[in-house]
Amino acid sequence: MEQFLQQLASGLANGAIYACVALALVMIYVSTDHLNFAQGEMAMFSTYISWQLMNWGLNFWLAFVLAVLISFVAGLLIERIVLRPLHNAPVLSVVVVFIGLLAICNSMAGAIWSYLIKEYPSPFPKSTFGIAGVIGPHQLGVVLVTLIVLSLLFVFFRYTPLGLAMRAAAQNPSSARLVGVRVDWMLALGWGLAAAVGAVAGIMVAHIVYLDPNMMGGILLYAFASALVGGIGNPGGAVIGGFIVGILENMVAYAGNMIEKETGVYIIGNGEKLTVALIIVIFVLTVKPAGLFGRVVVKRV
Amino acid sequence: MAPLLEVKGLQAFYGQTKVLFDLGFDIAEGGITTLLGANGAGKTTTLRAICNMVRTEGSVRFAGKDIRGLPTEEIVRQRIAHVPEGRGTFTTLTVDENLRIAAYTRRDKEGVKNELDRVFGYFPRLKERVQQQAGTLSGGEQQMLAIARALMLKPRLMLLDEPSFGLAPLVVVEIFRILRRINEEEKVSILLVEQNAALALDLADYAYVLETGRVVMADRSSVVKNDEGIRKSYLGY
Repeated sequence: MEQFLQQLASGLANGAIYACVALALVMIYVSTDHLNFAQGEMAMFSTYISWQLMNWGLNFWLAFVLAVLISFVAGLLIERIVLRPLHNAPVLSVVVVFIGLLAICNSMAGAIWSYLIKEYPSPFPKSTFGIAGVIGPHQLGVVLVTLIVLSLLFVFFRYTPLGLAMRAAAQNPSSARLVGVRVDWMLALGWGLAAAVGAVAGIMVAHIVYLDPNMMGGILLYAFASALVGGIGNPGGAVIGGFIVGILENMVAYAGNMIEKETGVYIIGNGEKLTVALIIVIFVLTVKPAGLFGRVVVKRV
Repeated sequence: MAPLLEVKGLQAFYGQTKVLFDLGFDIAEGGITTLLGANGAGKTTTLRAICNMVRTEGSVRFAGKDIRGLPTEEIVRQRIAHVPEGRGTFTTLTVDENLRIAAYTRRDKEGVKNELDRVFGYFPRLKERVQQQAGTLSGGEQQMLAIARALMLKPRLMLLDEPSFGLAPLVVVEIFRILRRINEEEKVSILLVEQNAALALDLADYAYVLETGRVVMADRSSVVKNDEGIRKSYLGY
């Protein structure tokens, strides 16, 4: 039982990370119909920035806030400078640019900070509490921080005029222009927010996976899976999808361990987490191609 | 008095294809003007050209200022509201959000609320459906929503692209009655593009008849209505 709860907690913490990255992907997807393959590497770069700031003597949270802000501005600038000229370009050109961004972020991080794996601190107190070490303080902290960030985003999109303008620009750009919304800026803002959310995910996960230029590779894969499971066009779905995938992969490992303990036969374990999780994702998509929460928009014409 | 909108030598292009040729017309402040013509005459393109939604050359002056070439959203902010072909509903947003989006630059909550109430005065049916997803509205309701959204911009000039399209005759009559009220009570000038020439000529005081991107006749609606030749050749009724 205790092991089950531990795996569940760890699943929640991973899920929170996937949820953030998946949300970043969806934010850009809904407004441009493109999946940003560089989202993970951008988050990795942001994490390095926070590491650098801490190295210069800033405390964790100050470095966290600054890195998120820098990422926001960087995301915005990437859209304005790199992607703006490609607004009417064919999909494949955009894909190539995304892959280019991915490679640039990766090799720049390697060049500046080297490919050596670095330890990354946790800002949360070390003490164990609650039911004797079921959920580690870092895991709990990750879940809390991401939930706060996700709630802030929800409030922003749901209740502020600017959030409404961004949703409108994503849904129907030409109509949005006709009510005076500066659609191009909304796209750039979306990129900024996505980069900022990605930064939060990177900084939160770095303590678990350690800091290195390839730290986000696997996570991006999980985030894609999360977004697809939840419904790629649905931000709320992507978040729930993140938690589902996070819990699922840990449950797979848990079930494998239990089987091994009971029967002595090793069938699945930690090594197969990704494989099994992705098999389940494929299964979900076969049954519900739009994702679990990807609703078909009701439209009358 | 100088016209509110002054279009001179306007040309518009889709890619390399020229669809408007040296088009010129004026819209008087406070009036209702209609653009008539067969399919492909360039009516919709003219509206799109005013809002810089197609590539254009020539001159478009609004309230004495040259607006040609400004980004669409800046032209709209000069208080030209365009109710597009196909209504441009934000289908996944609620009716309320569809209306509020038009006021998103405004910070005075009280003012926006008054504006909403005023708009609901014209369209009580929308008020009943205020929290409904806009994509689930009927065609007539979506057309009303589009006009209501345009009204939220407090326009001086409203461009309407075929508001009668695909609607039941009774609904069309209702919408045209509301347009007349909006013109009279809000002092909004209207430029109306319509397939239904009889209906448009009843509402408008001045009419331009287009053929393949050129003006072939311009006169008061009553005159155009009674011109046998124009009626037979271009308006088909």
